[in-house]
Amino acid sequence: MEIMEGSLAVAEAVKACRPNVIAAYPITPQTHIVEEIARMVADGELASEYVRVESEHSAMSVCIGASATGARTYTATTSQGMALMHEVLFNAAGLRLPIVMTAANRSLSAPINIWNDQQDAVSERDSGWIQLYAEDTQEASDMTIQAYKIAEDRDILLPVMVGMDGFILTHVHEPVELCPQEKVDDFLPSYDPDHYLTPKNPLSFGTIVYPSTYTEFRYMIHEAMKRAERKIIDVASDFRDKFGRHYGGLIDTYEAEDAEVLIMAMGSVIGTAKDAIDELRADGKGEKVGLVKVRCYRPFPAEAIAEAVKSAKAIAVLDKNISLGYEGALHTDVKSALYKENGPLALGFILGLGGRDITKNTIKNIAEKAQKAIKSGRVEKDSEFVDLGAL
Amino acid sequence: MKEIRIHGRGGQGVVTSAELLALAVFNDGKFSQAFPFFGFERRGAPVVSFVRINDSPIRLRSHIYNPDYVIVQDPTLLDIEDVTAGLKPSGMVIANTEKEPEKLGLKPEIRVRTINATKIAMETLGHPIMNTALIGAFAGATGEVSVESIKCAVTSRFSGKLGVKNAEAVQKAYDRMRGQIK
Repeated sequence: MEIMEGSLAVAEAVKACRPNVIAAYPITPQTHIVEEIARMVADGELASEYVRVESEHSAMSVCIGASATGARTYTATTSQGMALMHEVLFNAAGLRLPIVMTAANRSLSAPINIWNDQQDAVSERDSGWIQLYAEDTQEASDMTIQAYKIAEDRDILLPVMVGMDGFILTHVHEPVELCPQEKVDDFLPSYDPDHYLTPKNPLSFGTIVYPSTYTEFRYMIHEAMKRAERKIIDVASDFRDKFGRHYGGLIDTYEAEDAEVLIMAMGSVIGTAKDAIDELRADGKGEKVGLVKVRCYRPFPAEAIAEAVKSAKAIAVLDKNISLGYEGALHTDVKSALYKENGPLALGFILGLGGRDITKNTIKNIAEKAQKAIKSGRVEKDSEFVDLGAL
Repeated sequence: MKEIRIHGRGGQGVVTSAELLALAVFNDGKFSQAFPFFGFERRGAPVVSFVRINDSPIRLRSHIYNPDYVIVQDPTLLDIEDVTAGLKPSGMVIANTEKEPEKLGLKPEIRVRTINATKIAMETLGHPIMNTALIGAFAGATGEVSVESIKCAVTSRFSGKLGVKNAEAVQKAYDRMRGQIK
């Protein structure tokens, strides 16, 4: 293990995956990742084509073009950059191109804010990208390697977005163990697509389809997404066998077995929530609070979540995003997953927007609200903003 | 778990100090975490960074509100913000200033150690970049990290002569702080 910045740990993982083409446009807090990769290419440590583009729209477009020729591709972005990519993100998925992208999750303007939440990636929920969220820098680094294995599988062939909370994970220095190159080479064979662009065998990708076939293409992407659930679990196990680290498959649980209250969240808040749960359980009041970590947001692991929460009395869903006019996106999805069950009470909490800090006390207060709901047998507020200041 | 908050100004190496401390602590065989609170980067603006030290892996990712130690790189910050906010009663302030601890105007119950790290930096580096000297003084004042590990961290971060000179500044500040305590 060594102390390393999260961004560098991801850059090292990217390098170990030997991408052929990298195209990126720098934007805070993603910058350190792509700067480091640019350095690796310039210094001859990574034999890759690094394309300096004029925008994120172009970065994704270059990745799409390169990936269609059979190249392994990488990019990273965040916030406004991801929003600018929006149009081409759908193309990457629709063309079934296994591009891997780090999303250094950050808020969206306006007002302008450079800090962490997950609105950028959550807003691309329906783009056809597989979305994974990392808890710490080790997982962000390892997940990058797993992402290629998932994306390039011939049963899947979908782009994968690896979410790591901006600043909180991109800029933290903490102990990380890098995966040795020869083991990564063994784990991740080179990308070998059936169909790719080459002058020797001209093909067209993404041509117009009429109402008679468009639905079938969407259906096939959807089916591939559903197959990805199994694949994500399997790749996580293969990774454990090879590298000795496991973070759960689609979800992971912590102190969940006997929990009456289950907190559900994605990303770096998981660590803080674990510490808060330890303290709640240790303080002698016998509070049975646990955690469900949602590691994979798309495909949405509805069955796994329904199974994980079936003996809980209340769930508290934490969202670092908001579907304005309704509630947090994860909250909506989780409730929909429980619709068929006689499930627990569901409370939703909007928090951590634009870099607003989430403390152990925040988590404890949420757990307390869930316990109150259990006692009264009803949810007073479906969804609420946490730590809302004076207006 | 021990928590450290570092106050300085943009360009003074507030973030680098946190990283070097985390690296040194890890070299000592403990777990560590260093992270900045970035504003919109401007030279001279008040900047804060954080360090956690623990015997087991660190999962907590919130900012630090009740630090065990506060390191102050720039004494002019004392006039514009409460650097001791939330400091634990058992805590300590380590400040870069030529003044005696009792002259800083902090509450009398707060434990304070001062060191003229800027002067040490001028003597050894020829520049007023005092962040490495100040973490040497931190090691001397608190014993939370070994001076050897800080010197290792400094020489691995800065190559050649620059690393050697910074390590010298670390040792000098450490020795002066130890001398004060005795």
